[in-house]
Amino acid sequence: MGIELQNITKKFTGYTALDNISLNVASGELVALLGPSGCGKTTLLRIIAGLELPDSGKIILENKDTTNLPPRKKNVGFVFQHYALFRRLTVFENVAFGLKVLPFRERPSRSAIQDRVEHLLKLVQMDWAIKRYPSQLSGGQRQRVALARALAVNPKVLLLDEPFSALDAKVRQELRRWLRKLHDEIHVTSIFVTHDQEEALELADRIVVINKGRIEQQGTPQEVYDHPVNAFVYNFLGNVNVFHGRIKNGKVSLGAYHLDAPDELKNTEEKPSQTFVRPHEIGISRIRSNETDLAGTIREVRIMGGQIGLNLSCEGFEHAIDAEIPRELYLNLQLAKGEKVFVSLNRVRVFTGDYEI
Amino acid sequence: MPKTQTLEIAPIFHKRLSDPLPVQIVLIGLTLLFFVGFIFLPLALVFAQAFSKGWEYYLESIREPYALEAVKLTLTTVAIVVPLNAFFGVTAAWAITKFNFRGKATLKTLLDLPFAVSPVIAGLIFVLLVGSRTPFGSWLGEQGIKIIFSTPGIVIATLFVTFPFVARELIPLMEAQGRDEEEAALTLGAKGWQIFGKITLPNIRWGLLYGMILCSARSIGEFGAVSVVSGHIRGQTNTIPLHVEILYSEYNFAASFAVASILVFLALLTVGVKVTLEKQFQKNSFHH
Repeated sequence: MGIELQNITKKFTGYTALDNISLNVASGELVALLGPSGCGKTTLLRIIAGLELPDSGKIILENKDTTNLPPRKKNVGFVFQHYALFRRLTVFENVAFGLKVLPFRERPSRSAIQDRVEHLLKLVQMDWAIKRYPSQLSGGQRQRVALARALAVNPKVLLLDEPFSALDAKVRQELRRWLRKLHDEIHVTSIFVTHDQEEALELADRIVVINKGRIEQQGTPQEVYDHPVNAFVYNFLGNVNVFHGRIKNGKVSLGAYHLDAPDELKNTEEKPSQTFVRPHEIGISRIRSNETDLAGTIREVRIMGGQIGLNLSCEGFEHAIDAEIPRELYLNLQLAKGEKVFVSLNRVRVFTGDYEI
Repeated sequence: MPKTQTLEIAPIFHKRLSDPLPVQIVLIGLTLLFFVGFIFLPLALVFAQAFSKGWEYYLESIREPYALEAVKLTLTTVAIVVPLNAFFGVTAAWAITKFNFRGKATLKTLLDLPFAVSPVIAGLIFVLLVGSRTPFGSWLGEQGIKIIFSTPGIVIATLFVTFPFVARELIPLMEAQGRDEEEAALTLGAKGWQIFGKITLPNIRWGLLYGMILCSARSIGEFGAVSVVSGHIRGQTNTIPLHVEILYSEYNFAASFAVASILVFLALLTVGVKVTLEKQFQKNSFHH
């Protein structure tokens, strides 16, 4: 097992950052800790690295209890949100740092260090910048150097704290594909923290959704996305329409509109429910193909590139509905503001409970 | 074309954003007046007085053994105080900016205490603490250690008065730089002293030097606190400012101002070093 976390709890004055978290990460796995800001995910990462101490619990890295080891003995690579490159040192010196601070007996020779740094910089495609200073590099380039620096010490575990969040959208996307490819090559056990569900879905082997210091769900991106265990996870993993209503006698009533309750909620007593539909799972058509289709009017059109966002109001349905459709469909149906369409709610999820957005 | 755009826009903004001409003239005039009245004139007068009895008398006054002893004592004090306060300042700034602990805010406020307390009071504190009539002072006396009315007292009083300079220069700098680089070094396996030597110190070196210069300037010129603990023994416990004062109170104005001119030279030297460093600082802020 690459990383084993057992019952980690951490309290700061006034609130609990981590509440009894247990988590296993297999060797070579790339895991995303996904959650809103302040959910404790960065604290968890810093605890694994030894930059914070847990109040209780154990951290086992590669079958060795490292709970009370200082960070420098943990052999963990850490990549910071704001790169944290050494500003007074060149790119070469930055990457070589971890090797040069080794005790004399363990330190590689000068030429071995040179070779290793050059190799790593090639790996992150930054070998051309070996003599530059961090201030002469762009954000994406700095983060790549930071990654090379973290890898230089052959870490057992690589930890990345929101590694791409300070970059602009284009670079961010490029870099995360590149990181996925890199991970497939070097297979170092990695955990990265993010609040960006797209990043987690695209990059990770496994996603751990965290909220308020607790793990809500973990699983492959597919599992988590398709079978969210609760309203929080569903809501956090993408855009949603939320319709508040009541569940009663196997039916969910949203004002005058009723739909069948999912099997597991067929026999519950009457209680409030939330019905969720993702915008891209809403069908838009010019003809009524189903009895349950709603007759609606387009209130607003938003051009979002390949996707078109529609805001709809429907007869007998008190909530406004947000839908996203491909540009092609939008053009084919010749839609525009004020046009009448039929709306179908295709993949509806119903949750009960006191979850609040 | 962005270039022509800035050319067109710049003069309009210039007019709109700057103050009306009369305000500019008044402000610049006042500054000049202040500069002439409070800095240039007094400086000129110092030199006029110093040379009032001619070159030879001037040279004689600053070559006189007591004057030379005063210069020596002042420079010795600076040589001891500045490194010590650089060390204390770095320690304090490090503690305050890199760690979280209880009473941190209080400590930060207390750092400024030497600025808030009158230097005379500062001197008196040490007389009350280690003077020969106090138990601790008399015990020290029995051991043959004399602090008040001797060099150690002068050094201690100067240390106290100039303590905040380095720390105050470093704290904002280190706060702005954050802990990220140190933490990165920590995860890369560096030990505390390696982190300090390779990361922290290079990052703060210009601020540190700047603080040390301010500290030197104040150490050279300190009068009040030193005056209380020194005892004014000519050739033994007189620093330059004290010597100037003694000569002055003996109505030996020419000699007094001649020695004072040494202080002026030292001050100009510090300002010169400061300006050079500031230029370096700006050049290097490119790497911030």
